[in-house]
Amino acid sequence: MNEPIQSVRSSLWSRVDLGAVAPFAALAALLLLGTLVSPRFMSVDNLSNVLTRSAFIATIAVGATFVITAGGLDLSVGSMAAFVAGIMILFLNGGLIENPVLLIAFGMILALFVGALCGLANGLTTTLGRIEPFIVTLGTMGIFRSLVTWLAQGGSIVIKSSELRSAYRPVYFGDVFGAPIPIFVILGVAAIGAFILYRTAYGRHVTAVGSNEEVARYSGINVTRVRTITFVLQGLCVAIAVIVYVPRLGSTTSTTGLLWELQAITAVVIGGTRLRGGVGRIWGTIAGALILEVIGNIMVLSDLVSEYLIGAVQGAIIVIAMLAQRSLSRTR
Amino acid sequence: MPACLSPPRPAGLALVNIAVGEETPSPALEAFGLSKSFGPTEVLSDISLAFARGEVHAIVGENGAGKSTLMKLLSGHLEPTKGALSLGGERIVLRGPVDAERRGIVLVHQEILLAPHLTIAQNMFLGRELRRGATLDDRAMNRRAIEAMRALGVEIAPNIAVERLSIAQRQLAQIARALIAPHEIVIFDEPTASLTPVETDALHRRILEMKAKGVAILYISHRLNEVKAIADRVTVLRDGKWIATRPASALEPVDMARLMVGRDLLNLYPDRSPRPSGTPVLEVADFNAPGYAAGASFALRKGEILGFAGLIGAGRTELFEALLGLRAGRGEIKVGGRTIRLHNARDGMNAGIVYLTEDRKGKGLLLQENLTVNLTLAALDRFSNGPLIDRAREAKALDEAIVDFDIRLGDKNRLAGELSGGNQQKLLLAKMMLLNPQIVVIDEPTRGIDIGAKQQVYRFIAALCAQGKSVVVISSEMGELIGLCHRILIMRAGRIVGEVEGEAMTEDEIVVHATGVGASAAAASTARRA
Repeated sequence: MNEPIQSVRSSLWSRVDLGAVAPFAALAALLLLGTLVSPRFMSVDNLSNVLTRSAFIATIAVGATFVITAGGLDLSVGSMAAFVAGIMILFLNGGLIENPVLLIAFGMILALFVGALCGLANGLTTTLGRIEPFIVTLGTMGIFRSLVTWLAQGGSIVIKSSELRSAYRPVYFGDVFGAPIPIFVILGVAAIGAFILYRTAYGRHVTAVGSNEEVARYSGINVTRVRTITFVLQGLCVAIAVIVYVPRLGSTTSTTGLLWELQAITAVVIGGTRLRGGVGRIWGTIAGALILEVIGNIMVLSDLVSEYLIGAVQGAIIVIAMLAQRSLSRTR
Repeated sequence: MPACLSPPRPAGLALVNIAVGEETPSPALEAFGLSKSFGPTEVLSDISLAFARGEVHAIVGENGAGKSTLMKLLSGHLEPTKGALSLGGERIVLRGPVDAERRGIVLVHQEILLAPHLTIAQNMFLGRELRRGATLDDRAMNRRAIEAMRALGVEIAPNIAVERLSIAQRQLAQIARALIAPHEIVIFDEPTASLTPVETDALHRRILEMKAKGVAILYISHRLNEVKAIADRVTVLRDGKWIATRPASALEPVDMARLMVGRDLLNLYPDRSPRPSGTPVLEVADFNAPGYAAGASFALRKGEILGFAGLIGAGRTELFEALLGLRAGRGEIKVGGRTIRLHNARDGMNAGIVYLTEDRKGKGLLLQENLTVNLTLAALDRFSNGPLIDRAREAKALDEAIVDFDIRLGDKNRLAGELSGGNQQKLLLAKMMLLNPQIVVIDEPTRGIDIGAKQQVYRFIAALCAQGKSVVVISSEMGELIGLCHRILIMRAGRIVGEVEGEAMTEDEIVVHATGVGASAAAASTARRA
């Protein structure tokens, strides 16, 4: 009762709840739209296909949620994915280990290691170098992309051994209890991400740093360390996406992962994470990634809009999502 | 410069003047039965007041009394739920702050609303730039910015970016910005919150000039001595209701406080314990914070409350931020006789020293987060099992803090930014006390908080010292340093220039050191001894 003025002005329900519910409501509305537009949309096959295809962006976007919540931005994720995939396939082609399963396992570990290293490079350059993450990752975006092109000599890097390819295939195409493995990857990554962000001290620190860096610093939080680790987490998420992606085509080219950064950032923003940091929503991000994939799916099924315009629609969505976020938080 | 802009309606005004006669000044602005509700809560009810030309009318009240709401109604930032306004005898409805400004009503905000990267002059003329043909007339704007700042007693180049100014200079720049617009009614909302006595005096001189020109001035302040000195009439609000309007000459600060609180406020300051004489817990030798403070040496004893006085910009805050590793600094620090080096806030916390920032909103609390997150942020490792946060323990800590620090709120899930200044300060105290520090540095402990909360903060500081902890209080309110501290060091231009204790702790003595004006040989020798 001390300050009735302020308690009323910042009406919580309009800021927090609506912001958290909006992406799921939008997803539900899209599912309804899809059902109306095409009878094939609601089939189990189609929906599991949509979920499977959203795995790459959803996984990467979970990492992006950490980076953005801490007040950063990573534009290099698409190029990084292509680069990590290139390194991984080259390792698999090296055939250092006889047993294909063991070889693939070591390839996965290598991918995680390279992804973490790429993220660490991004993180240390922004934090220790005190450079805007936008600029740093714009630079590394070009570097990773160019390295893939160079490794592939302008062509593609392909898993040579067909035995290896068929051994690795189930990671993308296989299923457990009838559900495709990539769906479990999405759920696993999101669950771990949500656990870290909401339940651990580190997650609390990520939110605090993004909310107000100075408050975090005056509270004895190592801002440099917190920010750097978000980029490492992003690198790990990219590597996990790569591990699921490589068996899909068994190759990588200089155009692999093109515009994934746009889609990942879009998914994060649609999901209700604040682009300037301080508010992170892991499950919202997953909803955002699904929204993007569902829209693409509806466009393909319906013939209402040419599927060549998918990029334009996704680009428009990020702008609309930002407008919606703005109107949901009138207070600022 | 057209200081006063007459409203385009002289006819009715002339009639009123004739009718009332020359002796009584006609009201410039009148409020009739103003009420404001947000939803079901009425925050201001039935306020009728008249503000006369050439008069300084102070509005006092505790936080939540409705002062800010009233100011916002009078300046077009809010629309009343009930009631009406009249300007120069004519009923008006204000359609937003721009409309109010067009009618000559200017509000000087409490919060600093300047673009940090623009210069003083650019900020001052933002949205009303002077032009010469198609281009900006920077020379004229700079010249007028210099004049406007000089009128407030500040000599400063107009082409300095605002981000490089001290908080006091920013506040003055903001006041100057408001006053270059044509005005006949000026509302000051806590204009001196971060000003020192010298700057306050300059502002008051400017207000008296405006008053002499027939401007109606509304003045809100927590500093009752200041109100007594500047105001002609004083209105007291409590819980959104009008309590009294009296001539300032008939109202002592203690009377104002009684009317504000609704009961007697005895002993604002707790009893002072005898000055401790034990071994120092903190010894600082020849410490420098480059650009802000140099050659600082002092010692703090166990159970001592040591004050740091000085003008804004004297380097007090920066000295302690550097000592605590929050900004660059070098020099010797001994805690409990052991030389240590602090690289960041965590090092200080580990050594048992904490710093409570003067900038609660910018550096102290996460305004968009709830109370629990804020409370445990600095001591999160104590609320974690491995990496996992124990939310039950956090909730228990919040319940305890709410009781121990008397944090008053209706709902525990409110955001820190929604608390009053006093409750925010209590929350910040609670947050830092979770670290169980031995040495507590509190910067401006009572800035912007009401008198009831002030008293609680003072008692809390005294209690810390009774527990054998040591406290450094940095404050621009000399009254609280004198009332609270065992000993006061005074800084000027980055150096410790004086030390007073016991009977010598008087405002006059401190001002002499702080300003260097009339700095006698005595002051100089004190500095050498210190």
